[in-house]
Amino acid sequence: MADENPTAITRAEVEHVAGLARLGLSADEVDRLTHELAGILIHARDMGELDLSGVEPTSHPLPLVNVVRPDEISPSLDRDEVLAAAPAVQDNQFRVPRILEAP
Amino acid sequence: MSTKTQWMPVIGLEVHCELATNTKLFCSCANAFGAPPNTNICPVCLGLPGSLPVLNARAVEFSLRLAEALNFTVPDKSVFARKNYFYPDMPKDYQVTQFELPILQAGVIDVDGVTIGIERAHLEEDTGKSSHMGGGGRIHDAEYSLVDYNRAGVPLLEIVSRPDIRSAEQARGYVSELRAVLLAIGVSDVKMEEGSMRVDANISLRASEADEFGTKVEIKNMNSLRSLGRAIDHEIDRQAEALETGETIIQETRHWDENENRTSGMRSKEGSSDYRYFPEPDLVPVAPTAEQRAAVRDSLPELPARRRERLIEAWGITLPDARILVDVPGLADYAEAAVAALAGGAARDVVNLCTGDLLAYLNETGRTLAAIALDPAGLADLADLIGDGTLSRSLAQEVFAACVADGSSPRAVVAEKGLAQVSDTGELGTILDAVIAANADAVAQYHAGDDKERKKKRGFLMGEAMKASKGQGNPQLLNQLLDERLV
Amino acid sequence: MNAIEIAASVRAGEVSAREVVEGYLATIDAGNGELNALLLVGEQAARAAADEVDAAVAAGNDPGPLAGVPVVLKDNLCQRGVVTTCGSRILEGWRPPYTATVVDAVTRAGGIPLGKANLDEFAMGSSTENSAFGPTRNPHDSTRVPGGSSGGSAACVAAKFAPLALGSDTGGSIRQPAALCGVVGVKPTYGRVSRYGLVAFASSLDQIGPFGASVTDAALLLDVISGHDRRDSTSIPETLTPVSPTLENGVAKLRVGVIDELTNGGGVALEVRAAVLAAAAALEAAGATIESVSLPSTQFGLSAYYMIAPAEASSNLARYDGVRYGLRVEGENLAAMNERTRDAGFGPEVKRRIMLGTYALSAGYYDAYYGRAQRVRTLITRDFNRVYEGCDVLLSPTSPTTAFKLGDRTADPMTMYQSDVCTIPTNLAGHPAMSVPWGTGADSMPVGVQILAPALAEATMFRVARVVEDAAP
Repeated sequence: MADENPTAITRAEVEHVAGLARLGLSADEVDRLTHELAGILIHARDMGELDLSGVEPTSHPLPLVNVVRPDEISPSLDRDEVLAAAPAVQDNQFRVPRILEAP
Repeated sequence: MSTKTQWMPVIGLEVHCELATNTKLFCSCANAFGAPPNTNICPVCLGLPGSLPVLNARAVEFSLRLAEALNFTVPDKSVFARKNYFYPDMPKDYQVTQFELPILQAGVIDVDGVTIGIERAHLEEDTGKSSHMGGGGRIHDAEYSLVDYNRAGVPLLEIVSRPDIRSAEQARGYVSELRAVLLAIGVSDVKMEEGSMRVDANISLRASEADEFGTKVEIKNMNSLRSLGRAIDHEIDRQAEALETGETIIQETRHWDENENRTSGMRSKEGSSDYRYFPEPDLVPVAPTAEQRAAVRDSLPELPARRRERLIEAWGITLPDARILVDVPGLADYAEAAVAALAGGAARDVVNLCTGDLLAYLNETGRTLAAIALDPAGLADLADLIGDGTLSRSLAQEVFAACVADGSSPRAVVAEKGLAQVSDTGELGTILDAVIAANADAVAQYHAGDDKERKKKRGFLMGEAMKASKGQGNPQLLNQLLDERLV
Repeated sequence: MNAIEIAASVRAGEVSAREVVEGYLATIDAGNGELNALLLVGEQAARAAADEVDAAVAAGNDPGPLAGVPVVLKDNLCQRGVVTTCGSRILEGWRPPYTATVVDAVTRAGGIPLGKANLDEFAMGSSTENSAFGPTRNPHDSTRVPGGSSGGSAACVAAKFAPLALGSDTGGSIRQPAALCGVVGVKPTYGRVSRYGLVAFASSLDQIGPFGASVTDAALLLDVISGHDRRDSTSIPETLTPVSPTLENGVAKLRVGVIDELTNGGGVALEVRAAVLAAAAALEAAGATIESVSLPSTQFGLSAYYMIAPAEASSNLARYDGVRYGLRVEGENLAAMNERTRDAGFGPEVKRRIMLGTYALSAGYYDAYYGRAQRVRTLITRDFNRVYEGCDVLLSPTSPTTAFKLGDRTADPMTMYQSDVCTIPTNLAGHPAMSVPWGTGADSMPVGVQILAPALAEATMFRVARVVEDAAP
């Protein structure tokens, strides 16, 4: 299907999106996803048939507003229990490989 | 120098201010500075699977206070959004912030008579803190990093100015006035050094007021008002130089290096502009009610500009003194309480003591006003003793030091140490006569010398006399009596 | 015994919770090897919980409406200290330090959490074939899928591993497996049941709901888990009407609409359509009025859903980065570690949806995909609200077909996605819907009829479900 409509999504776009999503995809995965995403995106274009002018987007099914909690402290988690789940710990902190890029 | 007159800076500031709530923005962990690593964390601020955020009511209230103070528009509805990017100090790998619909819009602040527009202010969660280990401790050459999530989820109000600022000095004025307001309305500690207030500057240059804005550069990492001013000046120079040599300015983020006194480009992450914002589905909109806004309005304290005006008028003090009183947390309250307790003394002396001895003491000891031994009534006492001539300024300093150390009353210290100023002309005359007799050659040189020499010798004799009075001689009287004797 | 009977007997002291639990554990022991419906059986904890219930009864206290009733939890519900996988390798070994609100509610009502049920990885799928721990098989025919993503929960109830189970429904993940396994499955109104402790797939669509062998049993569990939770900002604050008290009130004068687009759509099997029409006829016979209604925008539900759900998922699943918990595959720097971890930890469907969602939200495509999908969502909700002005409830198929064979729909994602075409519109609108069994198809596999209702009208929906259940062949 990607072949029938090569403009739906390109291989380069798939690689770019994989970078944004921090997914280290193999070349095979990139190929397969380019094809599959194209199929899904082409299907999604059916929404283009609808006249959506003046239609507000719904980001939430409920009409709730102003849900808040009082500013009162509750006990935090036990640090040892939390750190026990971490892949790497040093000095009671989470250890990660060198970061390279600033946020 | 020529560059600065030729190029006109356009500056906008983004101020991140940590709100002084008890708890974090979306969970009930303590919002506290300096706790041991990873002790103020829970499923929510650690982004554990299945956890959900619930908004802190006080963060909304604090935002509304700022709205009243700086005449912001409060939209009917504001919406939280997710800003998506990967970074290890962000536990969910997205930041909950406000994007299209911030809680506050279009405010204004008066900076030394100039109105600076504020584009918006929005609520967002702070990130955790990563320490870069090995290789000099900087991010690029570190071997690994350690992450502490205590700060993750602390409420921030990001206040974005319009590009109305035209100089480093005005930028400092803007931040300092904003800081005074945030402090006065009790929403933040505004300590730049502790990071509870962080300022980023967007700077561009153009040839004239009529031109379009130039390419802007963002400067980060200024951790004091002083470094803010220096960084902006430096960046203006750098851009001006680049423009003069025909270089194009690249839109980028630069890092201020306080020690090197320069900015340097930061390696930015790939695809940094694509944050894929979308409405945060786990939170519902904030829609402040008329009642909420009225309650905030009614409880708003006097704002810094108004208070400075009032103090200047009532006490006849200078604007710089009024600024110090209002800018130091609690100092104006303290001074006002002391003035109210005066029994004949002068407000001026209270202000001098507050902005001089007291402030120096606070800075030296790192104490807060609430934690010192001398209360406003004690300080008023001290000002009364100055006022009625019992103490000279220098003696008052000594008494202040004794009182602030252990809370004893100024009158008790004066009595105990026998520090009262000597204003008896007979006693002072005797002292002077002795000094003149013991320094006959100095007196002779005085009479023989030129103006410069006379001034010198007179100062010497005055010092000897003060010494002989153990520092307690009334300086005005001593001066007067010495003059009589040197004629 | 069904759940109602178990609770009544345990409360009366006629049977011990411990005996009940041992009975189900034996059934699981005998059958789970083939079905792979449960990823974890908490035998010791279940026995201890049962003993507590028995002690309460012995002390003259009432353990609650679920006294001694075993309840299976979909393995995306957190229980303190109990390994939670979400059917994924990426959470490897993770034990939540806290418990989901619904699990607390079950325990407080005297229910016994029995184990963690298999699911499509992070609830993404319609067949439970996307579990990293192998597929679950349909108890009615082990060559067929149980549906998904809550396939393990549905299979557990169908195989009598437990009288009740909890699942989560984002686009049909409770109702579709309920239909394919021949049990009752309920997706409540969005916000009726707290999501706190449910590992998120798509936050604005996810809702936890019950499975039961009967409408009455499902009602019992729904009433236990419904209610406001201050820890979930999207939880409905109003007092909710329980469904159990009015179950037997009948359907006289209720107005029932049969959704034309979903019932007569191209992909719907004849026997499924026949079941819906037969159920409608049964309701008419019981005093309801029946009409055909049109919801044209529901045809675009699938497209809108497959933008909105992956978009939210791409963000919700970013946190699985190898830093704080779960799997880490080392790399020479942080980004490399993140990428390797996520490549190794996520299965193909999850990666597909993360990619799709990231793309739909990315600069330049937001308006064409995500933004448009959110507007379609508005249209679908409007369509429902318009139809509900003239109808109390609606009927449609739950799944266009009966259970398919393992492997039949794995080749092309769009084919698999079509399995949810009838269930997705309700999630987009946030309304409640449930699936009730209606006999079997030509392949002897169960067929489900879907009953839909307006927001918070679960009590009416359950009355209709009771009548359908009684009339079913």
